[in-house]
Amino acid sequence: MTNLTEFGIAAIRDGVVRGDFTATEVAQAFNAAVAEANPALNAFIVTTPDHALAAAAKVDSARAAGEELGKLAGVPIGMKDLFATEGVQTTAASHILEGFEPQYESTVSRKLWEAGAGMLGKLNLDQFAMGSSNETSAFGNVISPWRRTGADGSVDTAPLAPGGSSGGSSSAVAARIAAAATGTDTGGSIRQPAAFTGISGIKPTYGRCSRWGIVAFASSLDQAGPMARDVRDCAIMLEAMAGFDPKDSTSLDMPVPEWDANLSDDLRGRKIGIPREYRIDGFNADVAKSWDDGIAWLKDAGAEIVDINLPHTRYALPTYYIIAPAEASSNLARYDGVRYGLRELPEGANLQEMYAATRAAGFGAEVKRRILIGTYVLSAGFYDAYYTQAQKVRTLISRDFMNAFDEVDVILTPTAPTSAFALGEKTSDPLEMYLNDVFSVPASLAGLPAMSVPAGLDRGGLPLGLHLIGRPFDEQGVLNAGLAIERRAGFSAKPAKWW
Amino acid sequence: MSVAPADVAKIASLARLKVTDAELEAMVPELNGILAWVEQLGEVDVTGIEPMTAVIPNTLRLRDDVVNADPLTGGDIRDKVLANAPVAEHGFFGVPKVIE
Repeated sequence: MTNLTEFGIAAIRDGVVRGDFTATEVAQAFNAAVAEANPALNAFIVTTPDHALAAAAKVDSARAAGEELGKLAGVPIGMKDLFATEGVQTTAASHILEGFEPQYESTVSRKLWEAGAGMLGKLNLDQFAMGSSNETSAFGNVISPWRRTGADGSVDTAPLAPGGSSGGSSSAVAARIAAAATGTDTGGSIRQPAAFTGISGIKPTYGRCSRWGIVAFASSLDQAGPMARDVRDCAIMLEAMAGFDPKDSTSLDMPVPEWDANLSDDLRGRKIGIPREYRIDGFNADVAKSWDDGIAWLKDAGAEIVDINLPHTRYALPTYYIIAPAEASSNLARYDGVRYGLRELPEGANLQEMYAATRAAGFGAEVKRRILIGTYVLSAGFYDAYYTQAQKVRTLISRDFMNAFDEVDVILTPTAPTSAFALGEKTSDPLEMYLNDVFSVPASLAGLPAMSVPAGLDRGGLPLGLHLIGRPFDEQGVLNAGLAIERRAGFSAKPAKWW
Repeated sequence: MSVAPADVAKIASLARLKVTDAELEAMVPELNGILAWVEQLGEVDVTGIEPMTAVIPNTLRLRDDVVNADPLTGGDIRDKVLANAPVAEHGFFGVPKVIE
């Protein structure tokens, strides 16, 4: 029999439904793959093989009883450790939440279990989802399963970043040790790691997936989404994750479309916008070529290509790096050593000193940096110059997209300015790391659905992603354009197993 | 605008973050680098532009003013609320003495 870990969501679900194999066999295969790979990749903070087996047993007995099985029946997935999971440690990869065992289940994870999925474990990430390389986790770096190859075919064993913040998710899916994984995306945290590791990932329209039970970073931007082997798996998993939730005040009260059933790579009559402003200074030649390939593939699928302008693009990153830290500084005020998580109480300390000592000991350097920036831009005397100005520019960025969508249906850009970089390559200058999100942040600021699909390999043998941005609520348009690229790119490269 | 060590100390205090002198010294140039970069937003003409407060048009809902209207977010879960507290006593969160 084929190694079951080679299968993605649709193949596992359909195989279990048909009886080609049992959900239990699938869970066992993935549990073993996780146990073998995790010491090398560090993709999981904790593994939960029993959860995966229990979910599988439930699916197998439901099938034996002739019951209808869910969309994700028998599919073992990884859960980003930003989702609260009842009774299972949830840390946001921060020391300040080490040992925290939620007494409730996040809405998104609950819906996934109800659809028949099982949990292989909690996936590592950048601390509080702040980072683009998974180097800010308190539980160590995640290693990408990919390695760079030289022109002569020699393999460079220098560990590469899996992207971030959903780096455990991307590493696990790319290494075939999880059939799929959840991610969250605040400024590109699903799309950039997907691009770095040759997998697909979609951030839906803001409000599609409930934020209830997801550790908050920047609430006006945070969205959950699937990271999976291909576009169809993303569509299936997103259907299970999305839906109205009265417990999230910004949840969209709209029916969940049948994205999977409506997938089509026939783009005749569709217009694809190519934004001039994304051709940045010092544009990477391989990325430029993959963008041109993407344009050709979408044309081949019947789409009309239209040059568009998004004039405020260059202001998106600085806008994001005011708004996201401002919201983070407010959201992270809750970690005070009183209700959950770490408490540092130096001898004789009063309450205020306990707060300050707890937060100093619990938060990592990047989290502190963003809390300080956020506190500064929200402080009296600076609020209007920074925060209000950024919110106004955010309106202009959003308006750019709305103007573009008068003309086009979907926008195509590269996902990230380069392929994966080596660990440690960008940690000395925070600004250089922030620039990684230059193509993904604008869609986040506008709350738009956007996805990354693999387009090919660069000259170092590393994956490059193409990025599709759609109108609000038009995940279907994004998925369909993604499917058109996927079918034409024929991306089948996988990281060679070295662990 | 740029920040001096005293400004960073003030921000850290507002953010309830204890920082050592060495951390403070290291943060000053980092924060100034980030602040100088975000200040390019000042060149954007925002005359007549409303600040964005909601990214997708939505209205805030009100639920009925009923105790425990939603059992998942309602009350009667004291033990669960306290389960992860570093110190919980007599059904309350425990903190250092606040009143002399």
